[in-house]
Amino acid sequence: MQLSPQWIREFVAIPADDKRLAEDLTAAGIAVESINGSGENAVFEMEIGTNRPDAMNHYGVAREASAIYDVALKPIDAKLPDARGNADFAIEIAEPDLCPRFTARVLRSIRIKPSPERVARRLGLLDQRPINNAVDATNYTLWEMGKPTHAFDLDLLEGGKIVVRRAQEGETLKTLDGIERNLTPEDLVVADARRPVALAGIMGGFDTMITEKTRNILIESAWWDPATIRKGSRRYGLHTDASHRFERGADFESTVLSCDRVAELILESGGGELQGGVIDVVAKRLDLAPIALRVSEVHRILGASLDAREIYRILSKLGFDVMPERGGDADFTVRIPSWRLDVEREIDLIEEIARLYGYDKFANTLPAFAGAVIERPDAQRDAKLRSSLLGLGYNEAVSLTFISHEDAEQFSDSPVIELANPISEEASIMRTSMVPGMLNMLAYNLNRGIDNVRLFEAGQVFQAVDRGASELRQISLGATGSATPPSWNQPSRPISFFDLKGDVENLLRAFECNALCYDAHTSECYHPGRSARAVMDGVCVAQFGQIHPDVAAKRKLRQDVFIGEFYLDRLYQHGLRSVRYEALPRYPAVERDFSFIFSDSVIFEKIQQAVGALGLRELRSFVPVEIFRGGNVPAGKYSILLRATFQSGERTLREDEVADWSAKIVKALNTLGGSQRA
Amino acid sequence: MAYTVPKLKDFSPTALDKASEKLAAALAKEAAEVQTESDWKSFRDRWMARKNGVLTLVNDLWLKAAPKENKRDIGQRVNQIKQQVEQTVDNRLAHVQGAASASRLSAERLDVTLPGNRRPLGAEHPVIKTMNEIVSVFRNLGYSIAEGPVIETDYYNFEALNFPPNHPARDTQDTLFVATQESKPLRDRLLLRTHTSPVQIRTMEKMKPPLRIVVPGKVHRNDPLDASHSPMFHQIEGLAVDTNITLGDLKGTLDHAMKALFGSSVKTSFRPSFFPFTEPSAELLVSCFICGGSGKRDLEPCRPCKQTGWIEILGCGMVDPNVFEFVKGNGYDPRKISGFAFGMGVDRLAILKYGVDDIQLFFQGDVRFLEQFV
Ligand SMILES: [Zn+2]
Repeated sequence: MQLSPQWIREFVAIPADDKRLAEDLTAAGIAVESINGSGENAVFEMEIGTNRPDAMNHYGVAREASAIYDVALKPIDAKLPDARGNADFAIEIAEPDLCPRFTARVLRSIRIKPSPERVARRLGLLDQRPINNAVDATNYTLWEMGKPTHAFDLDLLEGGKIVVRRAQEGETLKTLDGIERNLTPEDLVVADARRPVALAGIMGGFDTMITEKTRNILIESAWWDPATIRKGSRRYGLHTDASHRFERGADFESTVLSCDRVAELILESGGGELQGGVIDVVAKRLDLAPIALRVSEVHRILGASLDAREIYRILSKLGFDVMPERGGDADFTVRIPSWRLDVEREIDLIEEIARLYGYDKFANTLPAFAGAVIERPDAQRDAKLRSSLLGLGYNEAVSLTFISHEDAEQFSDSPVIELANPISEEASIMRTSMVPGMLNMLAYNLNRGIDNVRLFEAGQVFQAVDRGASELRQISLGATGSATPPSWNQPSRPISFFDLKGDVENLLRAFECNALCYDAHTSECYHPGRSARAVMDGVCVAQFGQIHPDVAAKRKLRQDVFIGEFYLDRLYQHGLRSVRYEALPRYPAVERDFSFIFSDSVIFEKIQQAVGALGLRELRSFVPVEIFRGGNVPAGKYSILLRATFQSGERTLREDEVADWSAKIVKALNTLGGSQRA
Repeated sequence: MAYTVPKLKDFSPTALDKASEKLAAALAKEAAEVQTESDWKSFRDRWMARKNGVLTLVNDLWLKAAPKENKRDIGQRVNQIKQQVEQTVDNRLAHVQGAASASRLSAERLDVTLPGNRRPLGAEHPVIKTMNEIVSVFRNLGYSIAEGPVIETDYYNFEALNFPPNHPARDTQDTLFVATQESKPLRDRLLLRTHTSPVQIRTMEKMKPPLRIVVPGKVHRNDPLDASHSPMFHQIEGLAVDTNITLGDLKGTLDHAMKALFGSSVKTSFRPSFFPFTEPSAELLVSCFICGGSGKRDLEPCRPCKQTGWIEILGCGMVDPNVFEFVKGNGYDPRKISGFAFGMGVDRLAILKYGVDDIQLFFQGDVRFLEQFV
C-alpha cells in the first residue's frame, strides 16, 4: 500500500523529515518498507497489519504521527453549500445485522468531467487511475480517511429507493468490471426498487455507474458486517480497495463525514447542488464496550514499571478516552474510538501502550526456569543413523514433499493425500514414498555430468487413514557411480549391491535385535535379482538394491542406480544396541579353509545355517573368502572358499579337536549337496 | 688371524687380565668391520651363538674349567665380558640399521604433494545444520524439542491460534489444502500446516505449565518454486509459558539466542508487528552480521540488509490470551500465567548465513552444492 507523506502532513505538523518519519512510524508498528521519490512526489511503501484498517489511509497515519510526536491533529471537515429542498429518497435496511448503518446524499445537476489537477495528481501518485470527478471523489476520500463510498447515477436507480437485502435466487448483477454475476441468497446487495445495483461493500453495478451522461448522483457511505464482505469477496474472487477495508472493519462514525466529503469534492469540481440533508439510517448501533485497564496487568505482561501517568498519556494521544477509576479492580476505564474496532480487550490496550512507548525501551531479562529438558524418544536413534550415514559418505539431502499421481502409483500402494490446490499437476500428491524424490535428485546430478553421487534424506511419507492422515518417518539412500572416489593410484570400481548392503548392515548394527536376515522379496521398483529386504525379528525394516531397469529407463538414468529405504516406524521398535564388553581372547585362533562346489540353488544363508546347526562352541566365524563361477566350474554351480576360525577362551586348541570339527563341517556341507574340492 | 678363545692354565688375576684384554681387543676389531646387516648377523652369531659362540666358549673353557677357589672371581669376569659383548652387538646393530635405512628410506620416498586417497565424508545439509544449531542454543536455555504433524487440521493451524473462520489474516498464509474435505466441519478439515505454531496448542494440550519448547519442522505454502520462494521450507517455533513471563523476558531470551547464533557483537531491535496468536506482537531485527550494521560492504551496498544495517530474523510476541483460552482446562488460565512465542524461517537464515543466492539449491540434491558444507 502506498501513501504520500506530503498528504499526511496536511493533517499534522510533523517535526521530522520523511526519512525520520518513516523510521518513527515503523518503530510504532506502522511499517514503512521503503521511500520512493522525494519532495512532494515522495511515496511511502507501507506494510500495515490486517488488524489496522484505520491506518490504511493518510488521516489514520497522521493520527499515529500526532501521537508519536505529541502534536495536534487537524480535523477533517466538509464545507457544503446550503441544500435545496428535501432529499426525498428512501433507504430500507432489510438486514440490520449485516448493514447497521447506511448514509446517503443526493446531488443534482452535476457536470461529470475530469478531476481537478490537485485530486488527479494525488491519486496518480498512489498509482490510482483518475476516472472522472465523481468516481475520483469517492476514491480520494477512501485514501484520505479510509472510508469506502460509492456514487450511483441517481436517474438509473428505479423506484426512488434503496433496499439493502439479500439477493434472490436467479437475480444477476453486472458489476463495474463488466462481468455478469449470478447472485445467490448468500449475497448481500444494494438494490433499487426492482433489482440489485451493487454487491454490497465490494463493487458497484455497471448499469448504474457514473458516466458522462450522469446529471444526478446518489452517494452511498455504509458500514458493512466484515465477515459478510469477506465471504462475498472470496466467493467472487473480487478483492477491492473497498472490500479490503470493510472486511477489516471500517469506522462506524465516519459514514456521514465521508459522505459529506465526497459531496464537497464533487460539488467543488462539477458544480450542481445539494438536495436536502444527509440521509442517515442507523438500523443498529455499533457500540464498542469500554475496557477496564489495570496498571498491574500492564506490568505483568510488559515487565516494566510504566507509571499510570505514562499509560494515560499514551492512550489519550491515540484517541482513547481514559477515565481513572477509584476503588474496584481496574485503574482506568477506557472508551474505544470508533475507528479502532481491533481494540476489544485489556491486552489490546497493553499492546498500544507498548508500541507507542517503544519496544526497545523495555529492559532485556532472562526468565528463571525450574523445568527439565525432555528428550525426544527418537533423538538418540536419529542422531546415530545420521552420523553413521554422514560417516559412510552420504550427503544429507532434502527434497520437496510432493509427488505426481504417476509416481504415487508406481512406488507405493498406500492411499494418497491429494491436494485441493496443488502448485502443479506433478506436485499434487503428498509423497507416499521417498524413492521418487531420491531418484529425481540422482537424475539431477547425472544430467549435469556428476557421476558419483551418494545421498540420504530423512523425512516423512504421508498416507490417508480413515478420514485423516498418517505420517511415517523414513530414511532413503541413493548411490551411483564408483565405490571409491577416483584416484591416481588405485583403480575405481562401480558401486555394487554388496557395497550398499554393507552400508545397510553397518546402519542396522546399531540396533538391538534377536534375528536379522535378508531376503529377496522387494517391491516392484527394485531389480528383482539385485535387491533385498532386511527383516529384523520377523519385520521388514529396510529395502535396498538396484533400481529396476524399467524404472531407470523411464527416468533416463544412464548408469546403475542403487536405492535404500529405512522404515523408521518399524526399525525404532528396536532400541540402540547396548554395548557389553567381552574379554579379549588369550589363546590363539586356528583357521581352516574349505573349498566347495555348490549348485546355485544353495544360497549362502543355507550354508551358514547348516554350519550354525552344528552348535560348535569354539567356531568363532565362518565366512566366504572367495566365490568363483565359470572356468572349470560347471554351469549352474559355483565354487566357494569358506574360512572357519576356531578359538577358545579357556585353552589352546588341540590339533585333533580342530580336525574333528572340520570333519563335521565338511559332512554338513556334503549333506547340503556340496562337493569338496581337493 | 681370527681370535680364538684360549684354554687357560693359569687362573691368576694377572693372567686373566691379559686374556680379557685380548678378547676385548678382538671384539673391538671385529665390531669395527661390521658394515651391513648380514655382517652383523655373522658377527652376532660368532660371539653370541649358543653353539660355539665366543661367549659359550668362554663359559666352557674359562669358567667351567676353573679350579674351585677361583670360580667366584672368574664368574664375575665372565659376566662383565658377557655384558660387554652384548652391548657391542647391540651398538653395531643400531649402526648398521641407521646406515641401511638412510639409503632404503631415500629409495622409498614418495611425492607427498600428490593428492591423498580420500574416503568421502557426507556433508550435513545447510538447512538441517542451521536448524540443529538453533535448536541447540535453545536446548541450553532449557527448551525441550516438540513435534507435530505436517498435515494439520484447520483447528490447530488457524482456529486455536486465534485465526477465526473468515478472518483476513488467513489470507496471508497461502495455504495448501487437502482435497475432498468439504463434508467435514471447517475445524476438522485437513491442510498442510503453514507454520510450526500448531504445535504450541498440541503441546499445551498434553503438558501443563511451566513449559518451554522449540519445534523444528517442515511447513508448506502455496508458493511456486523459484529463486526466492519454495512451497516447502523449515521453521522453528518457540514457546515459553510460566507464571511470570514478560515482554522483557521475550526480548532478553531472543537477544541471548541471537548473540549465541551470530556472535556476541550483534545488536537486536524489536518493532511492533501483527500475528493473530500473539499480543503484543513484534518483529526481531538483528544488526546485519554481514556488513556489521554499516549497510555497506567493501564500499558496495550490502544486499542482505538492503543497506539498512538490520536484518529481519523472526516474528514473536506475548501469547494472546485467546490462545490460552483453547487450553485453559490444562492449567493455562490467562489470568494466572503468561508466555511468549517466536517463529523463524530456517531456510532464510541459512541463505543469509552462507550467502546462498537461490533457495532451490536446498532441494535439488546437487552434490556440487551439498559437498561445500562438509
Ligand atoms: Zn548489511
